[in-house]
Amino acid sequence: MMPTSLSPSLSMITAAVLIAAPQPPALAQVVVRGKTVHTMAGPAVTDGLVLIRDGKIAFVGPAEGVPIPNGYRVLEAEVVTPGLIDAHTTVGLSGIFNQPQDQDQIERSAPIQPELRAIDAYNTSEALVEWVRGFGVTTIHTGHAPGELISGQTFVVKTAGTTVEEAVVVDAATVSATIGPAALKNKEKDKDKSPGTRGKMMAMLRAEFIKAGEYRRKRESAEEDKKPERDLRMEALSRLLKKELPLMVTANRAQDIASALRLAREFELRLVLDGASESYLLIDEIKAAGIPVIIHPSMYRATGELKNMSFETAAKLRHAGIPVALQSGYESYVPKTRVVLFEAAIAAANGLTWEEALATITIDAARILGVDERVGSLEAGKDGDVALFDGDPFEYTTHCTGVVIEGKVVSDEPH
Amino acid sequence: MVFFASVLAFTLEGASGQSIPQALVGAKLITISGDEIETGTLVVQDGRITAAGPVDAVSIPAGAVRIDCAGKVIMPGLICTHNHVGGIGGADNSGPIQPDVRIFDSLNVRDAGFRRVVAGGLTTVNIMPGSGHLLSGRTIYLKMRRGNTVEDFFIRDADGIVMGGVKMANGTNSLREMKGFPRTRAKSAALVRQEFINAGEYRERLARAGGDLAETPARDVRMETLVDVLEGRKIVHHHTHRQDDIMTVMRLAEEFDFRVVLHHVSEGWKIADQIAEARVPCSIILVESPGGKLEASELAFETGAVLERVGVLVAYHTDDWINDSRLFLRSPALGVRAGMSRAGALKAVTLAGAEMLDLGDRIGSLEPGKDADFVLLSGDPLSVYTKVLQTWVEGERVFDRSDPNDRLYAVGGYGAGDDAEPFTCCIADEGNE
Repeated sequence: MMPTSLSPSLSMITAAVLIAAPQPPALAQVVVRGKTVHTMAGPAVTDGLVLIRDGKIAFVGPAEGVPIPNGYRVLEAEVVTPGLIDAHTTVGLSGIFNQPQDQDQIERSAPIQPELRAIDAYNTSEALVEWVRGFGVTTIHTGHAPGELISGQTFVVKTAGTTVEEAVVVDAATVSATIGPAALKNKEKDKDKSPGTRGKMMAMLRAEFIKAGEYRRKRESAEEDKKPERDLRMEALSRLLKKELPLMVTANRAQDIASALRLAREFELRLVLDGASESYLLIDEIKAAGIPVIIHPSMYRATGELKNMSFETAAKLRHAGIPVALQSGYESYVPKTRVVLFEAAIAAANGLTWEEALATITIDAARILGVDERVGSLEAGKDGDVALFDGDPFEYTTHCTGVVIEGKVVSDEPH
Repeated sequence: MVFFASVLAFTLEGASGQSIPQALVGAKLITISGDEIETGTLVVQDGRITAAGPVDAVSIPAGAVRIDCAGKVIMPGLICTHNHVGGIGGADNSGPIQPDVRIFDSLNVRDAGFRRVVAGGLTTVNIMPGSGHLLSGRTIYLKMRRGNTVEDFFIRDADGIVMGGVKMANGTNSLREMKGFPRTRAKSAALVRQEFINAGEYRERLARAGGDLAETPARDVRMETLVDVLEGRKIVHHHTHRQDDIMTVMRLAEEFDFRVVLHHVSEGWKIADQIAEARVPCSIILVESPGGKLEASELAFETGAVLERVGVLVAYHTDDWINDSRLFLRSPALGVRAGMSRAGALKAVTLAGAEMLDLGDRIGSLEPGKDADFVLLSGDPLSVYTKVLQTWVEGERVFDRSDPNDRLYAVGGYGAGDDAEPFTCCIADEGNE
């Protein structure tokens, strides 16, 4: 639906319906007015209005002629965007203090543990969740971090809510894998553990998927009393083989990206590439495979497997037709998280158009994560998630002046 | 205690710049020392600035090379008071206090980090050893000239002495379960106090000997470094985050009367008045989120603004590789976002840093007589869209974004992580645009 194409008469009808509605509870009823409203579902609207009723967007379009119903809180801003989406983070599992009690993003007891669910590890009260929300981030794809061959699952969650059940958007989004040096056990203390080499890494992954294929076949075909016992690990991998979930592979060096593509071909997996610092060397291959890429933050340290990282990767991939989203990534030290708004800003300054850059943290991210029915653009029927700014959101000196999630104003202090 | 000793504006390396004057005409000049000049001319010769003013007030010398900079912005070269590029290795695990270690003995000047530094517009950096020790060694102040060996980057004072400071740390980084290292904050302070007491006694023995070789104590490189600190010849650059740790640094600085710059200062906003009263400068870090370790969990974007308000001298630093030098200008911009003045934020990446390195009368502003260290920007320094187009050190262009080799380091890409090629010859500045 293109809200900006609404004719004035239709606007009036919509408004009339709104007025006729019974007086709603004070919370999820908000009107956001913006001098510029970037809907990400059509051209930006000048002097626009977003009307949120019962947590959902009821109307988006020019403000003129649209009466504001009684009992609605009105917020105003220079620039209004959809609530921002961080396409890959670990916040909520990784916490601000970086102490053992707030670091649940990686479980070191075994290299392959796809049965670990993000929903069982996410802390809605984590300070870093509130921190990124202050910059307009309303939806995050978070979960188990890179650093083990298969570290666990990820999920999609809103940055508001007291319990994870209130906040969750998708309870299992991907299974997170790492192909590259971060998953190798090559330190002195690990020297007798696997995987110790790139070859062994791929052998272990292949063995596990072959095993999961057998498990799936037996579970689906065997008679009830001969079915293998339920095995969480095998169930999680079976979901990948059934293409219910994608495998998200963090791989940075070109050869590791190529290994991920090879694995996905062999087992017919849905693949999402993550990190992908040398993906600009494999544009044809990635495009041919139809795989989206969630690119590492621009301020990752340019060393090791990231030594050839480029600020222009997003532009190169996007302009080749590859779906691209940006992320705050996983940080093991200081700062404990990046902010995806600043990542899009760097991309906008390095080859992406302004609108393309905003798409990497809104609608394009939503599509890659499969949540574009609910979030990523300002369209009637979608969740009432909005970010307000007092200028160009990408400028460092601009403030995020308000954040609305499902019609609730979760931040109205300038950040 | 008067913090900044005056240093003669004499530089041995300054003479390396071109003797033909070069006039950069038409750019907005952000001088730092005065008001911004909307349309200005900057003239440089023999490595120094000879004029900086409005176009109609500056006469271009005869024979000058004229460079059109209309629509661009020129500001002083950025100064980073805290940087770790160059593949450094300072103090090792043998003990918590190692004043004998000089960081420049470990520097690889072909490290890609050096190229990223100039791509970010940095012209002077203080390269420091890490923070895992109470005292991890001597730091080195470097000019980002074209050079083949670390000596080519040195800055010398009026007496020809190579300039640098001393790196110290407190808080949790230097607490380690290793032989000789402290496990608590009180032990950290006790170890440092004992070392300074020892150094004071060494200094007294030297003084008492009065040049009499029989009485002069044996040379002790560790003690010599600390005597430099006690006599104010070297500034202590002190890593410190938590408010109580900051107070401890100031307590020790007062007891032993050494000159100190507080570095990082994450909780400085809590004790701004005390810092102001002690007249101690702060070189602060700004990262995108607090945390990552307990003592940085209350780091705030507002620290710069709070300290500025009470009159503290404030600089930003990259702490590269905490923040990539190419994105150094993000720090003052986010500082402005959190309430710092524009002038204060821009001074914090230029002149304030210069003063913290005892170089305030040689670099850090666009003023006649100062070194011709500056950056040519495509737009406003606080805008994310602005690019560093050129970086100049002492009248020589050391980074040019239009050169594909330089651009590779500026934006990254295949090969950008490899060591830079040596500068094989004196590359002329051909093709002024």
